[in-house]
Amino acid sequence: MEQPTIIEIKGLGKRYNINHHRGGYIALRDVIANVFRAPFAFLKFKAKQLAGIDVKEEFWALKNVNIDIKKGEIVGIIGPNGSGKSTLLKILSQITPPTTGEVKIKGKVGSLLEVGTGFHPELTGRENIFLNGAILGMERKEVAEKFDRIVEFAGIAQFLDTPVKYYSSGMYVRLAFSVAAHMEPDILIIDEVLAVGDAEFQKKCLGKMDEVTKQDGRTILFVSHNLAAIQSLCTKTILLQKGEIKAAGDTNEIIKQYLEEMTTQGVELKPDLNKDVTFTKAWIADENGVATDIIDVSKNFKICAEFSVQKETNNAEISFGLKNSEGMNVIFTSLSEKNKGEFEHLPTGKYSVVSGVRGNFLMPSIYTLLVAAHVRGSKNIDHCPDVLSFTIADNGRTPMSPYGKYGLAHCAVLTNCDWKIESLSSE
Amino acid sequence: MQTTIIKPKKIFRWNDLREIWQYKELLYFFTWRDLKVRYKQTALGAAWAIFQPFMTMVVFTIFFGKLAKMPSDGVPYPIFVYTGLLFWQFFSSALSSTSSCLIANQSIITKVYFPRLILPITSVITQLVDFAIAATILVGMMIYYGYHPNLLGILVLPILLIICFMAAVGLGLFLAAINVKYRDVRYILPYFIQMLMFLTPVIYPASIAGKYSWILAINPMTGVIQNARAALLGTAKINGLLIFISFVATSVLLAIGIVMFKKTERYFADII
Repeated sequence: MEQPTIIEIKGLGKRYNINHHRGGYIALRDVIANVFRAPFAFLKFKAKQLAGIDVKEEFWALKNVNIDIKKGEIVGIIGPNGSGKSTLLKILSQITPPTTGEVKIKGKVGSLLEVGTGFHPELTGRENIFLNGAILGMERKEVAEKFDRIVEFAGIAQFLDTPVKYYSSGMYVRLAFSVAAHMEPDILIIDEVLAVGDAEFQKKCLGKMDEVTKQDGRTILFVSHNLAAIQSLCTKTILLQKGEIKAAGDTNEIIKQYLEEMTTQGVELKPDLNKDVTFTKAWIADENGVATDIIDVSKNFKICAEFSVQKETNNAEISFGLKNSEGMNVIFTSLSEKNKGEFEHLPTGKYSVVSGVRGNFLMPSIYTLLVAAHVRGSKNIDHCPDVLSFTIADNGRTPMSPYGKYGLAHCAVLTNCDWKIESLSSE
Repeated sequence: MQTTIIKPKKIFRWNDLREIWQYKELLYFFTWRDLKVRYKQTALGAAWAIFQPFMTMVVFTIFFGKLAKMPSDGVPYPIFVYTGLLFWQFFSSALSSTSSCLIANQSIITKVYFPRLILPITSVITQLVDFAIAATILVGMMIYYGYHPNLLGILVLPILLIICFMAAVGLGLFLAAINVKYRDVRYILPYFIQMLMFLTPVIYPASIAGKYSWILAINPMTGVIQNARAALLGTAKINGLLIFISFVATSVLLAIGIVMFKKTERYFADII
């Protein structure tokens, strides 16, 4: 049965002026200082502005986005960082207006760009339920009706009259989630909110959303880096890239395309000329050596870097470290592992290092890379934390998916232990 | 089923006002939150609303009333200055909380949609509650000094309060919008309020300006405070013209404030 169109997006675009976007607020002092420092440049700037010649640096976060979403669809939105996913959700939630184009939405929109928006630490759990409910667009009557269910779902009945500033962070998130999970808009917009909270509770929430959607035919727009969650929930997926829709359609197809296409050139690093050994470049490559920033969980991949040695050194050590999205250091590996602990002798010149990591080992997550070089017996260390980030994505088709339907279990690595079972009872 | 159309924003639509009405429940909850949180973790609690103007009144009475012998239109100085202070403090605290309301609610503005005008309105309503609490002292003083307002006076008071409300919202909206972009407002405002107090007949009667007192009337608070004294203490006849001038000045201020606010509202979430 063909469902009616509920969201109609036509030619949507959003432009940011980069100085606005990055600098945050400006002090009047800066404006005045600019006038005095360079009065002619300022006048020229103003004149150009008046004449309508745009002199600002522009950045289109979204460009010419067209798509129709039908009632009851659960639409996933994926794409690399900075591809405009969050901007799209912000426009649909009316937090920021578009620069061009138009969106027609039929029905009540509930947006969940963050859990616990507007929670006030001084107010009690009970008070915050009502306040947060109102902020999320629920009526007081509606919240009162659902109050018991919200409290039960969050499991905080005992602390209902305690100010939330005394809550543990887990309790806080559970309460916030619980209010949000009881919203009943026609269209629900969810940003990467499921990245917080304990795994058990996240599962409960996603389950709840799944259930409500199937019952009431609610439409959901869902942004996530967790491809497994997208795969298990969404009927349709949109792939954004550089502010444009790159592809849209069947979730499995789009995720496959995303995994295949997302290649990058890695990151150029600024060499530190005072150091004997300094990095110039780092990237992640798939098993065929093609640079990428998304890796299928089952595939081997390579951490690669280039460095230059500026002064011949006898005792050089190169290390890579990976941190997952929860900030836990998952692996730390060094070149000397190759030589049983012996450090490397390196004459001056340029080098490239590659370290291979096997597939089905790291849990799907977003990882950040650390590269470090040091010389034994000296403090001469080139230490570059957070050089780049990349995703290890669950393709949903791994034979071993021990982490459950939504891929949310909190383990750092996938286990691949040997198991044996024998019957001990005699016949 | 309601249909929402999202388009590049125009500066002002009449629909905006209707929308505030739709969101009246959120307005209620924001006010309720601000009141609840206001005096949390203070030993005196809501007594602060009385304590502040009362102490100011005592200090002013000693220095301006007793030592400087400031004229007070034949009314005992304490009640004279308290009437002025009551309205002045409502105006000045409403102004300063309105001007910072967007920044204080930054985390909500960037995550959820609602008509942003709700925030400044909430700020002023919250101050109105303090005003009501502090007004009980004035009632006590009127009984003590034996003053009673006439019927016309009682009818005029709500009008004065509305002017006061509009002036605070108008100027506050203007400052709130600027504050999003230029945080200088935070530093300028305390001085500005202090200066403005001396340009308003709070501690002195407007009559000391002689025949030029009408110039002071452009400042809407002059009309409010002068007429409040006339209405409550019978210092002079209620001056209808002065109320009218104040009303017009406030309306202009409010219109400028709303236009400025709506004009910048578009990019609040982007640059706040």
